[in-house]
Amino acid sequence: MLRLSLGLVTVFAFSVIIFSTFSFLPGDFATEILGQSATKSAVKALRAELGLDKPPVTRYFDWLGNVFQGDFGSSFSGRSKVQGDQGDRSREVVGLIVPRLKNTLFLTGVAAMLAIPLSLILGISAALFRNSYYDRSATGVSLVTVSSPEFFTAYIFILLLATLFPVFPTISNVDEASTLAERFYRTALPVFTLTLITMGHMMRMTRSAIINILSSEYIEMAKLSGASRYEVIVKHALPNAWAPISQVIAINLAYMLIGSVVVEYVFNYQGIGRLMVGSVYNRDLPVVQACALIFASTYVILNLIADLIGIISNPRLLYPK
Amino acid sequence: MTSNKSKELLLEMKNIHIDGFSDERWHKILKGVDLTLHRGEILGLIGESGAGKSTMGKAAMGYTQPGCKIIKGEINFNGIDLAKLNEFEKRKIWGNKISYVAQSAAASFNPAHRLMDQTISAANRLKINPTDVLKKDAVQLYESLQLPDAENIGDRYPHQVSGGQLQRIMTAMAMSPRPELIIFDEPTTALDVTTQVEVLSAMRSIVDKFNTAAIYITHDLAVVAQMADRIKVLRYGEEVEEAETRDMLSNPKEKYTKSLWSVRSLIKPEETNEDYMLSIKNIDAAYGSSKVLHNVSIDIPKGKTVAIVGESGSGKSTTARVITGLLPQLKGEIIFDGKKLSPKLEQRSKEELRRIQIIFQMPDTAMNPRQTVDEIIGRPIEFYQGIKGKEREAKVIELLKMIELDETFLDRLPSELSGGQKQRICIARALAANPDLIICDEVTSALDQIVQEGILKLLQKLQKELGVTYIFITHDIATVKAISDEIVVMYQGEVVEQGLKSKILNPPYPDYTELLLSSVPEMDPDWLTNLLNKRSS
Repeated sequence: MLRLSLGLVTVFAFSVIIFSTFSFLPGDFATEILGQSATKSAVKALRAELGLDKPPVTRYFDWLGNVFQGDFGSSFSGRSKVQGDQGDRSREVVGLIVPRLKNTLFLTGVAAMLAIPLSLILGISAALFRNSYYDRSATGVSLVTVSSPEFFTAYIFILLLATLFPVFPTISNVDEASTLAERFYRTALPVFTLTLITMGHMMRMTRSAIINILSSEYIEMAKLSGASRYEVIVKHALPNAWAPISQVIAINLAYMLIGSVVVEYVFNYQGIGRLMVGSVYNRDLPVVQACALIFASTYVILNLIADLIGIISNPRLLYPK
Repeated sequence: MTSNKSKELLLEMKNIHIDGFSDERWHKILKGVDLTLHRGEILGLIGESGAGKSTMGKAAMGYTQPGCKIIKGEINFNGIDLAKLNEFEKRKIWGNKISYVAQSAAASFNPAHRLMDQTISAANRLKINPTDVLKKDAVQLYESLQLPDAENIGDRYPHQVSGGQLQRIMTAMAMSPRPELIIFDEPTTALDVTTQVEVLSAMRSIVDKFNTAAIYITHDLAVVAQMADRIKVLRYGEEVEEAETRDMLSNPKEKYTKSLWSVRSLIKPEETNEDYMLSIKNIDAAYGSSKVLHNVSIDIPKGKTVAIVGESGSGKSTTARVITGLLPQLKGEIIFDGKKLSPKLEQRSKEELRRIQIIFQMPDTAMNPRQTVDEIIGRPIEFYQGIKGKEREAKVIELLKMIELDETFLDRLPSELSGGQKQRICIARALAANPDLIICDEVTSALDQIVQEGILKLLQKLQKELGVTYIFITHDIATVKAISDEIVVMYQGEVVEQGLKSKILNPPYPDYTELLLSSVPEMDPDWLTNLLNKRSS
């Protein structure tokens, strides 16, 4: 319960930070869209229409109040500029975000399903064969993948799997009509990129969590009671390693979501990251706020889940004295 | 303790050499030790830390810790040389023919599994008996080890039972596959004396019942005397002597063996003083919501030593924390040299802080590992007395001389000192503040017997020279006899008894003091048997 309320506070604080950052940025939506040659009166009119003329604090609480009612507002862009123009062309933020959020969740979901089992298996086996050539090469390679920035990894994949050996497309444009198979095929490269950048960290942390536990006394005890190497790791070490491992997975899933901002840009994938970058460019505050809120709450929720796993996997917390 | 043990050889270890790797080089841990054990016999392996007794015990299973290796020697168990077996073959013997009982039961049980599953895991691996038969057998073992609620205790997790119970459950776990040999590696060292008695008697009767051979490793001669048929003394990886238990106790041949119980012969004449250095009155204290001290009042006479004794959880260390201001009391007051001390550390003056110093149990963790001896001792001199430069250095050397070390130690780091030397440096650090009262919190319990004697003698000498007052917190009655003038007995956060040493240590006793004193093992092989008879009658 305490964790939950702390999480809410975090999300709230985050929205304040985003909002105030925007107030400090030079220019606003009106000046960005109308250009440098715009007349002062035109800018003023647009501001009045968007509500940008109100003081920031008022605007923030207006926005916050609406969010609590489930209304994330309308995007600034795409609305009618001229009064009396037929119809209102402004788009609801929710309608803008939901399809893209689905795309992003698909991308990161597939990447996670690939990265988590792979890194667990690699990490555990590296711990099992500690200091073997296998262990050394696995930890060495993972260090390289962790240290390379996302866009670099992405371009290497493009070079290898799209240009030299054209197996996968470089542009991952999907739409509502795409079939599942098509989606898998088109998103292969961004999925690989996201997998690779997060796997190294998860694998290394799994390995060190297991190795840490292997030096404890109950492991020696298990060995001396005749347990095999496999039994020692799976039955005795792993149950005590879930808490640290789930923490690392949570951090990496969140990192994956953030990393998707860059990766979606590189592969021109219609996801929420790309939407956010574009909106920051336009100073389209409602959209940016909503995106940021989604990122922040994912972070908080993932960490909550990790804490929960930590509690469930630890009898000390589950069964008090 | 019976003499009609069979003479059939079970284990024969010949000329065992084991090296260990530490500080980037190989050290010799065992230098050619022999050992023989017959079926149903119990051999006590004793020595101080670093003697190689634990390494020898594990080697009896053909196991060495990571970083150690068997250089030479044969380990014939039932005609098989364990030293020549590979991991896979050894695993078939471990937890089957040979079981192991470790020192710290709390750390040796897997926190993630229920006790019953761990108890039967080794026997289950053999696939001879079905699980439910094993479980029934485990319950019977629990019963014969006198565990409470034997039927259900196995459903609990390790953190849900006490240390003494865990140690007995580990014995059940070792016994579950009905091994021919059990290695007991300091199984009662981490327990209170009152708990130790129960665990010892439980272990002894069950080993007797199944006629299992055992190697019992400990540093406590009085404990091993209750358990073993024969005793072997090790020092620096070599055998000092070996004899039947009774012979060894009545007539130790080597000087070293005699010195092993020297602390027990140290006795200080008691004195008292009507003038109090410190009085604490009606103190209540709590950690969070759990109250640990109830209405505690203690008077500490000036220039004398008061020992606070009790088992773990009795509130003796908490009392020390309240006196030093680390844990402000909820109720009651502390009068120090006629003046009231404020409960909170932050509100005490520098002078008040200087006059009360504390020495901790673990010198390893009480010193900054990156500071030299000079810095460790010099800092309180500078801080409390404002002495700097040459004068400061002279003062540090003077203190080093006082603790029977010299200026060659100035540039050493704590890692370059032995356990006893580290504790001496901690004493010097406390003295550097020129205090009136030093609280010694279990200062000798992490040290070997001979080193303990040295530290206790040093503390007595310093008291004579400087007139400093000690509060000596300990659970070891031998230490109490050696150093105290007055004794305070604590139990569950309350003071049971307080008075002169001669009054407390002589009858009539209140119930708890009686239990505590009678639980201290004596150098008599029949002590445990007599005690149990007396208690049951």
